[in-house]
Amino acid sequence: MLAQFGYGILVVTFVVALYSVTAAVFGYFNKSASLVESARRSMLLTFPLLSVAALSLIILLVQGDFGVQFVYEVTSKSMPTYLKVTAWWGGQAGSLLFWSWLMSAFASLATLRKWDRDREFLPWVIVVANVTLAFFVALNIFFENPFARLYQTFDGNIAAYTFAPANSMPFAPADGRGLNPLLRHPGMVIHPPMLYLGFVAYVVPFAFAIAALVTGRTDDRWIRITRRWSLWAWLFLSFGLVLGGRWAYDVLGWGGYWGWDPVEIAAFMPWLTGTAFLHSVMIQEKRGMLKQWNMILIILTYALVIFGTFLTRSGVLSSVHAFAQSAIGPSFFIFIGFTFVTSVGLLIYRWADLKAEAEMKSMLSREALFLLNNLLFMSVLVVCFWGVIFPLISELATGQKVTVGPPFYERANSPLFAALMLLMGIAPLSAWGHSTVATLGRAIWKPGVFAVGITLLAYATYTHNVIALIGFFLVALVILVTLYEFWRGARARQKTQGESFFAALARLTGRNRRRYGGYFIHISMMLMAVGILGIELFQKETQGTVQAGGTMELHGYTLVYKDIAQWDDFASGVNYTRAVVQVYKGDQLLTELHPRTDYYYESQQNMTIPGVRSTIADDVYVLLVDWEPASAIGATFKVYVNPLVNWLWVGSLLFLMGVIIAAWPEEEREPSAVRAKQNAHQTSAAD
Amino acid sequence: MNRTLRNTQYAILLILILAALLAIPVAAQGTNPPTDDDVNAVAKQLYCPVCENTPLDVCPTQACAQWRDLIRLKLSQGESEAEIKQYFVDNDGASVLKEPPREGLNWLAYIIPPLAILAGAAFLFGAFRRMKKPALAASAQSPEVDASADEYVSRLEAEVKKQR
Repeated sequence: MLAQFGYGILVVTFVVALYSVTAAVFGYFNKSASLVESARRSMLLTFPLLSVAALSLIILLVQGDFGVQFVYEVTSKSMPTYLKVTAWWGGQAGSLLFWSWLMSAFASLATLRKWDRDREFLPWVIVVANVTLAFFVALNIFFENPFARLYQTFDGNIAAYTFAPANSMPFAPADGRGLNPLLRHPGMVIHPPMLYLGFVAYVVPFAFAIAALVTGRTDDRWIRITRRWSLWAWLFLSFGLVLGGRWAYDVLGWGGYWGWDPVEIAAFMPWLTGTAFLHSVMIQEKRGMLKQWNMILIILTYALVIFGTFLTRSGVLSSVHAFAQSAIGPSFFIFIGFTFVTSVGLLIYRWADLKAEAEMKSMLSREALFLLNNLLFMSVLVVCFWGVIFPLISELATGQKVTVGPPFYERANSPLFAALMLLMGIAPLSAWGHSTVATLGRAIWKPGVFAVGITLLAYATYTHNVIALIGFFLVALVILVTLYEFWRGARARQKTQGESFFAALARLTGRNRRRYGGYFIHISMMLMAVGILGIELFQKETQGTVQAGGTMELHGYTLVYKDIAQWDDFASGVNYTRAVVQVYKGDQLLTELHPRTDYYYESQQNMTIPGVRSTIADDVYVLLVDWEPASAIGATFKVYVNPLVNWLWVGSLLFLMGVIIAAWPEEEREPSAVRAKQNAHQTSAAD
Repeated sequence: MNRTLRNTQYAILLILILAALLAIPVAAQGTNPPTDDDVNAVAKQLYCPVCENTPLDVCPTQACAQWRDLIRLKLSQGESEAEIKQYFVDNDGASVLKEPPREGLNWLAYIIPPLAILAGAAFLFGAFRRMKKPALAASAQSPEVDASADEYVSRLEAEVKKQR
């Protein structure tokens, strides 16, 4: 009954969303404020409706109603309650409903803002948000119904149906299959919601962009309204990516965090255009330039958000044939095509209205360097996009399946990332409007000299690897330039306001949150880069089989295999095998690690949980690969030493802080007045 | 002299035979069973033929363990890395390699990204020039504009002076 009720609510939501779109369009063309208001209220209604649908599904999951196919596939009696709730996004149908629910929440939040100054945008924001919402709800209604029930027909077949077929009986298995063990990790519990939050949040800036194109209000108002939305979307997406990396490191048992897997890249691509957009909108705000380009970037970001969901949900990655057989794949394809062509058509229609208000005066100006940054982000996007779709093209054209793996991406992207880091070091020192080699040189030489000094120190004490040294130089340069910017700003404030240095620093950051939050983000990115350089260039590994009391050596560490134990946890349906390994450096016992293998009876799946000793210098990461129950031969361990990897996680925490600073609300200033003032001074001092 | 030369030749031959005899145990050491690290070094360069996007050295399935054993066997039989990789390609297709083989249509995988990036750079350069053009055009016209403005200003100043 609850399942039918939930499905009914989905149908009602779909109808409400379609009504909202229709009312908004008619309201706009007939200049009927009441129709637009009706559309707005309908849009607000979608959130409580989808919340009821979601709640129905959660109750079914928690109660363990295994007669519902989705519940049967992702839960089991032995799972703890919190995992039964998070199993909501542990399968296709549920995750699509989760997407829709988040989408309606964000769209509702957007429509609750004050619309006094931007009333003309409202109907088109509603149209875009609700067309997207209606599409995802339709996927649930027509193809992936999370409320579909299992029925047994008289010929003995068991299948899921939305409505009971003739001559059939409801079928309810005694227990479910249980959630994929890999998805039971806390990182995986939070990772999908973060990614989805990032995805749906990007729909809001896109909706405003389309509203601006339709209404012809092509100034930077849409950018100013959605600035914070874009930052939060970027934060969620970034954090989703980092959490995914942490999950891979903790659960997948290969000693790494990022494998250039197409699913990872699917989430990374909108992040690339989103990051380019964050930088590029600043040029429009400050200089009234790149209006067309910003539209292209937000259209691309939206398309890649949908494309990313399509890649992971349609089965196209495993094979083009799986895609053709998948129910939702072609629908996604049509939707992406429709939204992309419509958006580009609108952009072409308004192309002439989106001309720049100022000219580019110098190749070294801040805006020119930002544009170069955009080119680099787009280049990484090209590499990633092509790497993901080439296997599909190859399979379609020749029938041959090929893999595009890490060596391809790393070779192509490493120089692009290095160039981005260099820009991160130079751009903060350049001025809006005009910069020369001389002015940049004067600003950069001090941090540059220190960066060279740090690189020489790294050469003398840590590594002679040229790529690592280039990386360390760039990291040092960016961090020093950024700290120098903080110092210069605080000193200037100290002199003019008579404040203490730290008070000046705090007020400086508080009054220019986006700029200094951005600098925090730059520093955090560099800390993450140290982690990436460490694990990519200096990772050591070995594998061996040792008897109890035997030792393994790696990179100055000695590992002593002490013991192994095996037991069943019948309540959770897991068999645990846990080894005890002591880690020594010389004669000093550092720690005792417990790498283990968890075998899940329901899904007949193994999970390899590493034992890890983490320090800021490195991680000793031990995996129990194999063992003999009779302990006749011993156990096989795979050991990694991952230098500097924790800088990646520390950097990601600082990154979070930086985005919160940058996105924190501040008083809105009149754009035209601000730009007029800036244009008057643009050729003088650096911003 | 000839005798001395012949003796030297015998001595060299003797040294060579001794060296060959001494080399036998060293060669025998080279046929030691491959270690897990030797196996993983090859497996790392291959993807699991069954699981999607999982490197063979870390794939936890039983099938992959058997493939790693096969690599071990082939290494112990003296096959090179390239030969082992080719064996897997012949049996399971090119998708076991981490990159498309550089042949035929696969060249597109390597050529398109740099071409697209170069095209992007050229487009950006062109955009820079276009964005600078209004300024150049304005500066080209400026003498006339400035001249008339100057004339107007000087007339205005003259008027102001007269008023005084």
